[in-house]
Amino acid sequence: MNKLSSQNRSRTPLQDGATAAWPICMGYIPIGLALGVLAQKASIPWWAVAMMSSLVFAGSAQFICVALIASGASISSIIITTFVVNLRHTLMSSALAVYLNNIRPRFLWLFAYGITDESFAVNMTRFRNGQWDRWRALTVNHLANSTWVVATVSGSLIGQFVPQGAFGIDYALYGMFICLLVFQLQGRIYIFTGLIAALMSVVWALWIPGDSYIVGASVCAATCGYLMMRRYRRQK
Amino acid sequence: MTFNDYLLLFVGMGVVTYLPRALPLVYLAQKKLPQWLIDWLGLIPVAILSALIAPALFVDDTAQRFQLDKPEFLVAIPTLLFALKTRSLGGTVLVGMFLYWLMGQIL
Repeated sequence: MNKLSSQNRSRTPLQDGATAAWPICMGYIPIGLALGVLAQKASIPWWAVAMMSSLVFAGSAQFICVALIASGASISSIIITTFVVNLRHTLMSSALAVYLNNIRPRFLWLFAYGITDESFAVNMTRFRNGQWDRWRALTVNHLANSTWVVATVSGSLIGQFVPQGAFGIDYALYGMFICLLVFQLQGRIYIFTGLIAALMSVVWALWIPGDSYIVGASVCAATCGYLMMRRYRRQK
Repeated sequence: MTFNDYLLLFVGMGVVTYLPRALPLVYLAQKKLPQWLIDWLGLIPVAILSALIAPALFVDDTAQRFQLDKPEFLVAIPTLLFALKTRSLGGTVLVGMFLYWLMGQIL
C-alpha cells in the first residue's frame, strides 16, 4: 500500500477492488443462479448449496458435482473429478507468485482460497500494469466469492422465477475475458502466444473430452512463445 | 444425502480445490525464481485467457463440432474491436452483453 500512496492515489483498496471486481460479480450472477436452480432440481437443499459455494468456490467443478450427485455418483468419485478439473489453478497460482514474492505465508494461504479463472485474469492484468497490490487483489477475490455464494443460494431459492438469458447477462464473463485478453497483448510474442493457445485449445477441445485443453494448450502455447522470445533475444 | 454426507463431500472437494491453488503460491513466493521461469509464467495469462475463450467461441459443446457461426463468436468480433479501441473493461462487458441480447432478439 505504501508504494501506491506514494504514487498519489487516494482511493482505498476496497474502492479499487470493487471497481475491478464488478465485471466478475456481474458474470457470476447468472451462472450462480443457474447452478442454484440445477441444485434445487437435483433436490440439494439450499444450505448445502451455501456450504458448497463457501467451501469449494469453483464454478465448473460445482456444476459437475451437482450433475454427479443427481446421477448418484459416489462421494470419492466426485472428489477425484473435482481435483482433476481444478488442477489448472496450479498454473495460475504459480503465475501470481511472481507478484506476491516474499509475502507472509499467512496472507498467501488466505489469498489462495479465492484464486479462480476470473479473479486470476483480473488481478494478473492489474499487477502487470503496476497499479495493484495484494490488498486490492484480496478484495477482488473476496467480493467475487461473496457474490458467488449469494448468487448460488438465491438460485436454489428463487432461481426458477428468473427468465433465461435476461439482459444478455450470460455474456458478461465472455466480454470480460475478451477485454482482459486485449490488455495482455503487449507485443508480437503475446499475440503469437495467444493465437497458438486459441488454435491448440480448439483442436484439443474437439478431440479430447473434458477440459484438459485449458492446461494443455496454455502450457504448450506459453512454451512456444517463450522459445520464440529466446530466439529473438539471441538475434539481437 | 444427510448433513454429514454433504459435509464430507464438500470438505473433500474444498481440500482438493484449495491445495492446487495454495501450494504453488506459498512455495514459489518464498523463492527467487529464475528468469526463464518468470518469462514463461509471464506468457501464461495470455495463453490461459485464449484457451478459456477460444473453445467457447468455436466449439459446439453438445455436438463436439467446430463451428464458425456461433452467436458467441459473432458477438465477440465487435466486442473485441470495442475493447481494442477503448480499452475499457466495464464498457466492453456492457457492449458484449447488449449485442448478445440483441442477437437473441433477432435470431
